[in-house]
Amino acid sequence: MSVMMPKPSQAILDRRAAIVTALRAIVPGEGVVDAANEMRVFESDGLTAYRQMPLVVVLPETVDQVARVLKYCHAEEIPVVPRGSGTSLSGGALPLEDGVLLVLSKFNRILEIDYDNRCAVVQPGVTNLGITKAVEGQGFYYAPDPSSQIACSIGGNVAENSGGVHCLKYGLTANNVIGVELVTIEGEVMRLGGKHLDSEGYDLLGLMTGSEGLLGVVTEVTVRILQSPETARAVLLGFPTSEQAGECVAAIIAKGIIPGGMEMMDRLAINAAEDFVHAGYPRDVEALLIVELDGPGAEVDHLLVEVEAIAKANGAVTAKVSQSEEERTAFWAGRKAAFPAVGRISPDYYCMDGTIPRKQLPRVLAGMKALSEKYDLRVANVFHAGDGNLHPLILYDANKEGELYRAEEFGNDILRLCVEVGGVLTGEHGVGVEKRDLMPEMFSEDDLKHQQRVKCAFDDKHLLNPGKMFPVLHRCAELGRMHVHKGQVAFPDLPRF
Amino acid sequence: MSKTKSASQSDEQVLRPETPGDLRDIVAAAVSQEAPLVVEGSGSKRGLGRPVQAARTLSLAGMTGVTLYEPEELVLSARTGTPLAVIERLLDDNNQRLEFEPMDYGPLHGLEPGQGTLGGVIACNLAGPRRLKQGAARDHILGVHAVSGRAEMFKSGGRVVKNVTGYDLSKGLTGSYGTLAVLTDVTIKVLPKTETETTLVLRGLDDDAAAGAMAAAMGSSAEASGAAHLPAYVAGRVADGALGKDAATLIRLEGFGPSVKARAAYLGAALAKVAPLETLEAEASRAVWRDVRDVRPFVDGTTKPVWRLSVMPTRGHEIVMSLRMQTGIDAYYDWQGGLVWMRLEGEPDAALVRETIARFGGGHATLVRASDSVRTATEVFQPQPGPLAALSRRLKEQFDPMGVLNPGKMG
Repeated sequence: MSVMMPKPSQAILDRRAAIVTALRAIVPGEGVVDAANEMRVFESDGLTAYRQMPLVVVLPETVDQVARVLKYCHAEEIPVVPRGSGTSLSGGALPLEDGVLLVLSKFNRILEIDYDNRCAVVQPGVTNLGITKAVEGQGFYYAPDPSSQIACSIGGNVAENSGGVHCLKYGLTANNVIGVELVTIEGEVMRLGGKHLDSEGYDLLGLMTGSEGLLGVVTEVTVRILQSPETARAVLLGFPTSEQAGECVAAIIAKGIIPGGMEMMDRLAINAAEDFVHAGYPRDVEALLIVELDGPGAEVDHLLVEVEAIAKANGAVTAKVSQSEEERTAFWAGRKAAFPAVGRISPDYYCMDGTIPRKQLPRVLAGMKALSEKYDLRVANVFHAGDGNLHPLILYDANKEGELYRAEEFGNDILRLCVEVGGVLTGEHGVGVEKRDLMPEMFSEDDLKHQQRVKCAFDDKHLLNPGKMFPVLHRCAELGRMHVHKGQVAFPDLPRF
Repeated sequence: MSKTKSASQSDEQVLRPETPGDLRDIVAAAVSQEAPLVVEGSGSKRGLGRPVQAARTLSLAGMTGVTLYEPEELVLSARTGTPLAVIERLLDDNNQRLEFEPMDYGPLHGLEPGQGTLGGVIACNLAGPRRLKQGAARDHILGVHAVSGRAEMFKSGGRVVKNVTGYDLSKGLTGSYGTLAVLTDVTIKVLPKTETETTLVLRGLDDDAAAGAMAAAMGSSAEASGAAHLPAYVAGRVADGALGKDAATLIRLEGFGPSVKARAAYLGAALAKVAPLETLEAEASRAVWRDVRDVRPFVDGTTKPVWRLSVMPTRGHEIVMSLRMQTGIDAYYDWQGGLVWMRLEGEPDAALVRETIARFGGGHATLVRASDSVRTATEVFQPQPGPLAALSRRLKEQFDPMGVLNPGKMG
């Protein structure tokens, strides 16, 4: 592990037995897990390179239990790490040696489905796909679809502001959640938003979404559900160069077309996927686009003709439109299996998640090629082309001395490149522990201080998920000071932009 | 930096910075002198929120200009004092638009339309009828640069759509009415204009039947981008009376020509069973929705109280019906009934309005038009429960510990 976590408090470690007893008084029976062999399953999340056994695991079943656990931890100054299904790719649910791991998996009920107001009220442990499964009988679905959707929880989606292939047209989690119930570290239960569209006062719901478990514990979520599109068809477009594929993406959008999904894969990813699932991808192209159009049949038919014409004009050498639902699913099967497919051609891979302005794709791909040579590691690329979200997969072998370190350095350089061209460190996987120390690449000291002031408003003792997101933890008292000297606010020489 | 005296309010000093650095210095001076500021763009939304007690005004009117516009990347950045009209014209020239369809409070407050700034749109989290399908300003903000009440410059977000790097402060500042920080630059997502639109108009439905028809339309696969109901009195007061006087329930369909045609046929066939059906095409449709958006039916040259209710869509008309037992009301519904515009004949009884909302599924009410004295004496924004109010207060203290930015505007 190359990331330093906050030094565990010896005082807390010494009190472990008493803490377990106190927690058992709040959550009875098997809801408190303290045996090493039973806690082992929780020592890591989707970022498996990082492991840490928690102090103790608590699995509450009621909001009241959550509130009492948090109130107790607040009073005793014990850190708390919230966890949903543990699928975070950035180490967001990595336990702390001196911290309670608060697992919300028993909050797994769908509380209400309200078709007339097109929303569902669910507990945070319900899976993303579970929501769609519950409403699809009536022709509805929940739009954000991270690739882990069969396992990831909606509470985790709120914490990470999860995306998926449909975000370009349908938005991220933040655009599809209209209300939450949350419990603060002090044990206060509050509601933000509801079934109405605008939340009152400050947009605390907007701040909570994507806050990576640092601001509060979500115990109920109200999501928008949408009527499923009447039809959906996909077209596979192959290009001799990634530049042409990139230009095709820009031209489609310039024409006013917002596809339901628009994904790009490079040659290495195409061939790995084709070997794995035989999706029918062309093997002799440098870039493959999957463009999915959804909506009323008349619209989809109309736009398919337009998209094919745009693709031809931009140099597409293959164009294949799905002729059946089976074929459309097959087109996607290759893309959705891209990660495990790459896993078959390399002992290990490291998945990155930068976002760039789309037009910078050729520059970033060229940069990645140079870095690949520098670090002597291969990289396969899958790309949410419509919104500029890159997922480079760095291929390495953890059993070879130094390769994991090289892979991480390679990844960091890719993210620096993303920031350099006007992009960001993470599009949908979150900062967590993984990108925490890269935050200064994107943000100045003052930028980060203002982010931490949000933290101070919610959790001034830094007890919720410490060690994630922020590279340096400033004490809230220190952040709160205002330096007024001789009638002037003292500020260092800040750059003026 | 220019300092001028406003003609209309001669005792008030207006500070008009031209750069973020100047703006920061003004906030720094306000902090050290403990002299709060009214923060505004063009001042077109002064009538919104509680009147701010401050001797000096920080005007963003001198901070203008589009700093980045890349239509093919669907992104635009501009200084916050840039007139919205300038942005909308630029987008229109490129066949694009602000998808959230920001409304214009000007006419309701007795001003000319089209006076607002981009910063004002973001600071007040404006939206229009399309909110129902495509969200509000907060759903389209990508990044901000700002100066907090600590006189420190900071940024958040970026210029790309998918970004989860750090807290979404851009959303946190959207809709904060300039009380946490002064926005200097914003980056927003823009989208292509739709090719055409058609509005289906159901005639003569009462509020209850209209609520059912709107729920059915929005629950269909017709992808409606607007659902509003104008009761009889209100219907005659949009688009210069083009709708006539009968109650009108409006369902808007936007998109590519063949798609709109197919959806209008499909949805129209279903709705025609409910009530007599008319259609409005293209410009006629746009004119009606513009007036629905800008609360034209209540633009009457008075300061009679107008409330904006954000509630559960299916309960909006029940709230109005319940309030009608107590007081004289004109009302109409947007967002499938989830947005209620309500004009009261008498003094606003804020407690009554809010108790009624609480009894019908929750939501909140904002007094968006009233005289200064009424807005000073009334809780303009919905009061929050204790713990939530305390959290909001802590956030304000973190960003503006001396309370120099728009003090009291939201409270």
